[in-house]
Amino acid sequence: RLSSSPFPLFLIPFLPLPSPLSHPLSPQAAMTKLGQWLCGLALLGSAWAALALAPPGLQPPAPLRQALLPLPVYLLVAFGCYSLATVGYRLATFNDCEEAAAELQEHIRAARADLRRRGLRL
Amino acid sequence: VTAAMAERVSVLLPTYNERDNLPLVVWLLARTLSDSGIDFEIIIIDDGSPDGTQEVARELEKIYGSDKIVRQLFLFPSGTAYIHGMKYATGNFIVIMDADLSHHVRLHFMWVHSQKEGNFDIVSGTRYKGNGGVYGWDLKRKLISRGANFLTQVLLRPGASDLTGSFRLYRKEVLQKLMEKCVSKGYVFQMEMIVRARQLGFTIGEV
Repeated sequence: RLSSSPFPLFLIPFLPLPSPLSHPLSPQAAMTKLGQWLCGLALLGSAWAALALAPPGLQPPAPLRQALLPLPVYLLVAFGCYSLATVGYRLATFNDCEEAAAELQEHIRAARADLRRRGLRL
Repeated sequence: VTAAMAERVSVLLPTYNERDNLPLVVWLLARTLSDSGIDFEIIIIDDGSPDGTQEVARELEKIYGSDKIVRQLFLFPSGTAYIHGMKYATGNFIVIMDADLSHHVRLHFMWVHSQKEGNFDIVSGTRYKGNGGVYGWDLKRKLISRGANFLTQVLLRPGASDLTGSFRLYRKEVLQKLMEKCVSKGYVFQMEMIVRARQLGFTIGEV
């Protein structure tokens, strides 16, 4: 029941933030997370485009250009590998609370006994 | 004018068809909290369960007293049950949790202590760090959980390791403020609370 009608996950970044006046000490209050992502990407994207696609007169030296052009794809692949490795590692080290579960079972037994004593019809 | 700030924890427990688990949860809560010397009340917000959950709640109220167990019947979509429950909360800390024994109640006293140590506005039970974990999950479920959590960590950078967990302690004023601002329901509601809390500059501790 608690998870019925879920709000679309991807709309969270679009949610408007409270105005800066409501909490003057938080500097990121003026922009949504999506806004931050778009700004960051726009900044990096334009820097890359300016250097990589510059007209012949303003081009940076050849070795730099060779490294620069495939950089976005390279970064994407690197991020992909990092993601797989991280999720894989976290999956492997996911804590299984065996003793907590056993403890809980004991508590449940004690609870049932005590409640029956106090008059609860189980 | 009260001389000392009396601290009281109000536990909000939304229920639906929890006839079997409710007495156990209440017993565990009552024992853990009173053993730790924490003043508490449990607010049971039932969503019109057809299995007799409300009768069980009535019985529990007789056993524990009306100052400890408060019963509310609430027939609206989830997420808003907390807002309704909060109106009856007399404590200055509010705990939100599930009534189906999916959370280990023993953690409660850890929270209150952790809250005192760090003076946090919110303390969240996390499955992904420290002593946190899961039990009885198969590989697929774990993979989806870790994968989704990774995605939210990258996209939202929330500063908290478990966003969808629903086992949390809030200061009452903090929860009230967050409730006003949140718009979503269901699991995403839990995420939104943490993200908004971050944006508003509240401190979040993890257990």
